[in-house]
Amino acid sequence: MYDVVIIGAGVTGSAVAWQLSRYDINVCVLEKCEDVCEGTSKANSAIIHAGYDAAEGSLMAKLNVRGNEMMDELSKDLDIPFKRNGSLVVCIHKEALGGLQELYDRGIKNKVKGLKILSREEALELEPNLSEDVQGALFAPSAGIVCPFELNIAMAENAYDNGVLFKFHSEVKDIKKDAEGNWHLNTDKEELVAKYVVNAAGVYADNIHNMVSDNKIRIIERRGEYCLLDKQVGSHVSHTIFPQPTKLGKGVLISPTIHGNLIVGPTATDIENKEGTNTTAEGIEDLITKAGSHVRNLPIKNVITSFAGLRAHEEHHDFIIKEVEDAPGFIDCAGIESPGLTASPAIGEMVAGILKDKMGFKEKDSYRKTRKGIVKTEGLSLDEMNELIRKNPAYGNIICRCEMITEGEIIEAIHRPLGAKSLDGVKRRTRAGMGRCQAGFCSPRTMEILSRELGIPYEEITKSGGSSVIAPTRTKGNEEVTGA
Amino acid sequence: MKDYDIVIVGGGPAGLAAAVSAKKAGCDSILILERDTELGGILNQCIHNGFGLHTFKEELTGPEYAYRFVEQVLELGIEYKLGTMVMDIAHDKTVTAMNREDGMFTIPAKAVILAMGCRERPRGALNIPGYRPAGIFSAGTAQRLVNIEGYMPGKEVVILGSGDIGLIMARRMTLEGAKVKCVAELMPYSGGLKRNIVQCLDDFGIPLKLSHTVVDIEGKEHVTAVTIAEVGPDRKPISGTEERYTCDTLLLSCGLIPENELSQAAGITMNPVTSGPVVNESLETNIPGVFACGNVLHVHDLVDYVSEEAGRAGANAARYVSCAVEQGMQGATGGGGGSAIKLVATEGARYTVPNTIRPDKMEDILTVRFRVGDVYKDSFVSVYFDDERILHNKKRILSPGEMEQIVLRKAQLAEYPDLKAITVKIEKE
Repeated sequence: MYDVVIIGAGVTGSAVAWQLSRYDINVCVLEKCEDVCEGTSKANSAIIHAGYDAAEGSLMAKLNVRGNEMMDELSKDLDIPFKRNGSLVVCIHKEALGGLQELYDRGIKNKVKGLKILSREEALELEPNLSEDVQGALFAPSAGIVCPFELNIAMAENAYDNGVLFKFHSEVKDIKKDAEGNWHLNTDKEELVAKYVVNAAGVYADNIHNMVSDNKIRIIERRGEYCLLDKQVGSHVSHTIFPQPTKLGKGVLISPTIHGNLIVGPTATDIENKEGTNTTAEGIEDLITKAGSHVRNLPIKNVITSFAGLRAHEEHHDFIIKEVEDAPGFIDCAGIESPGLTASPAIGEMVAGILKDKMGFKEKDSYRKTRKGIVKTEGLSLDEMNELIRKNPAYGNIICRCEMITEGEIIEAIHRPLGAKSLDGVKRRTRAGMGRCQAGFCSPRTMEILSRELGIPYEEITKSGGSSVIAPTRTKGNEEVTGA
Repeated sequence: MKDYDIVIVGGGPAGLAAAVSAKKAGCDSILILERDTELGGILNQCIHNGFGLHTFKEELTGPEYAYRFVEQVLELGIEYKLGTMVMDIAHDKTVTAMNREDGMFTIPAKAVILAMGCRERPRGALNIPGYRPAGIFSAGTAQRLVNIEGYMPGKEVVILGSGDIGLIMARRMTLEGAKVKCVAELMPYSGGLKRNIVQCLDDFGIPLKLSHTVVDIEGKEHVTAVTIAEVGPDRKPISGTEERYTCDTLLLSCGLIPENELSQAAGITMNPVTSGPVVNESLETNIPGVFACGNVLHVHDLVDYVSEEAGRAGANAARYVSCAVEQGMQGATGGGGGSAIKLVATEGARYTVPNTIRPDKMEDILTVRFRVGDVYKDSFVSVYFDDERILHNKKRILSPGEMEQIVLRKAQLAEYPDLKAITVKIEKE
């Protein structure tokens, strides 16, 4: 019997687990994929929004601003890269300048700090590559950029360190309440019993909710396509550049990433497919056209990859974070779309608060507040590097030549709590394979390390679990050779 | 760490040939830095034959060809370090590298030879729509999996791009029992060698679909199908021409990119057409004493030409070092500029290597290599000394997949003391 079962190990579920892990209770996270950070959490803008977008008084506004505030301490405690690079909402039509004032006013009401409306000249001085057409901009110094993978992974790792259990390949098929008021969750493998259930299932949150409630909700998958550009052009802009928002969202942004690439996106297309993370020719073309209107000479030919993510859009366009009325003990975190990544720590805090009020649990003595990330060799001095290699020669062996990731880092990623089990798992933890050659060089080598360290045959190594095997059979005459 | 006169970055065909020739030209202090665990570079995974027809007058496999040079490196006692990644080349030619045994170390070299080779253009850079599942490989990565690791990526294959590695892999996968359903090529001509199209596709009945591209990739976890469509003259897919192929593997052979991150960080001037350094007749970059050769300089069609070019780079580096010692200055090749003749590629010729010639520094015969930008039939390769046409060679066929060359003689250039530019172009008549 668990006190709390959380469905979903994306950034929301992991944040709830992280916040609950300080208490003396049994918590289990169920994840249908093979790793944390497999859905919307891995394919988004990687932005920490300031908080001027969401409607005043909405949960989105409140949790955005609170999540943003929490990032400084969180990034230190959990050792994740985070930078307040500031954002600019850029107005390119004179008649739309009033829109900036509206955003400013809303931001003030939402308690966003440091907002300022810039003239054309001020905006260009701050960001020289803005379009010639710029008329003015809203500057939000508190906006930032973060590694979305590491934010998600770090919260999950810290939760795990503090005793939260994670079960992967565990898709919840059915939820029932028994006479005592406990929840019975059936996965394809087992039945779990819990006093409380948190629904953090992302685009599947409606399916999960609708298993227990007669008040049905519907999540609309709103696809967003992105292009990621080479680090060579990562400093084309230094702030996160937004167009003025529309009904469909905040529009196509252009931003440096925390690791020095340039990200362009997202589009916004409502689809009806919870797995529809494919990119489209129209989407990418649309993206390129739109991005080019706010920033000059956008170096789009330096694209190294394109991808798509799904926003878990709920028709009322606000986060649904509450106990379900006709299902006491079942807490929804639904409709977590942008600014969900920013808000995630605050969502975790809020859900933990709801549960604490109901259960009255107390903090545990052994709680560890901090988590140490994987050693990052990039940026170490010659002496520091040599000290590291002396202790462990694997840090002297570069595996990913684009991002300069060593064997030592990859081995560490595999053996950490909730360690990497696949190429994508290694990639999201270390960046190996995330560079300009997109794993062409390092993937056979990383597969070898995964095979050796996990003790599984080379032919069973996957890209990201399930049927994503990479090299499933041996070549002719090689069938009898054993060991990888 | 010991000091070395010449540090060679890369132990593939270019690095090996450069080392051998530098040694033979009298330099005794040479170090090759190779990131893989063996010398030979990409040749080690090219187990097909056809290498060395020009150099050795026989058909060798890739590993055999490489070993001809490895043998010489060993015999000549040239030093090398394996498993060693060069992290940085400073403007002053200090090379920083790292491996498991030595840790991170620096070598203040007198001359550096860039021989890092090239990499493949990945799926991401091509903006191919669809899912991003397992089963998509650049052809070279698949070649490594099959030929080095001994594993097959799949059984039903579609190949996008008709670069040489893609063509070779079409045959290789077929021989391993896979069904290669087609090779789609965006351009109206192949980017590979004619002989590879014949020997790797035609002989196995694999269709080559020119002016076609992939417009969709299906499969959330693993590739299940790809859709191919014909493209118009604007290279955009033509609606209604889509054909869906069920498959578990998509190989990409869509171009090679010289691997010049180190060169650019060092401040070396690049040629945007080749994505390789701009070099003079000595294959020397804008940094005196830094030379470039092989696929890092421009993507070659045959390794024989890589070896030949690298040999020249090696000899020039040795000459640079010895002159630097004697004269205590920048060396024989250094300090170029004022009197250099510009080489201009135009009207069908895409680029030339080298980009400039200083007649006093050139050898008696200089080979200038270039590629054309389209297929030309019954056309002429013309060379102009300023406005005067001095060469007009009829060619039955010129194609982008094959390198072309012209030969310039020092004696001939001496007759044109005021020559400013040598222009290479393709003419219909």
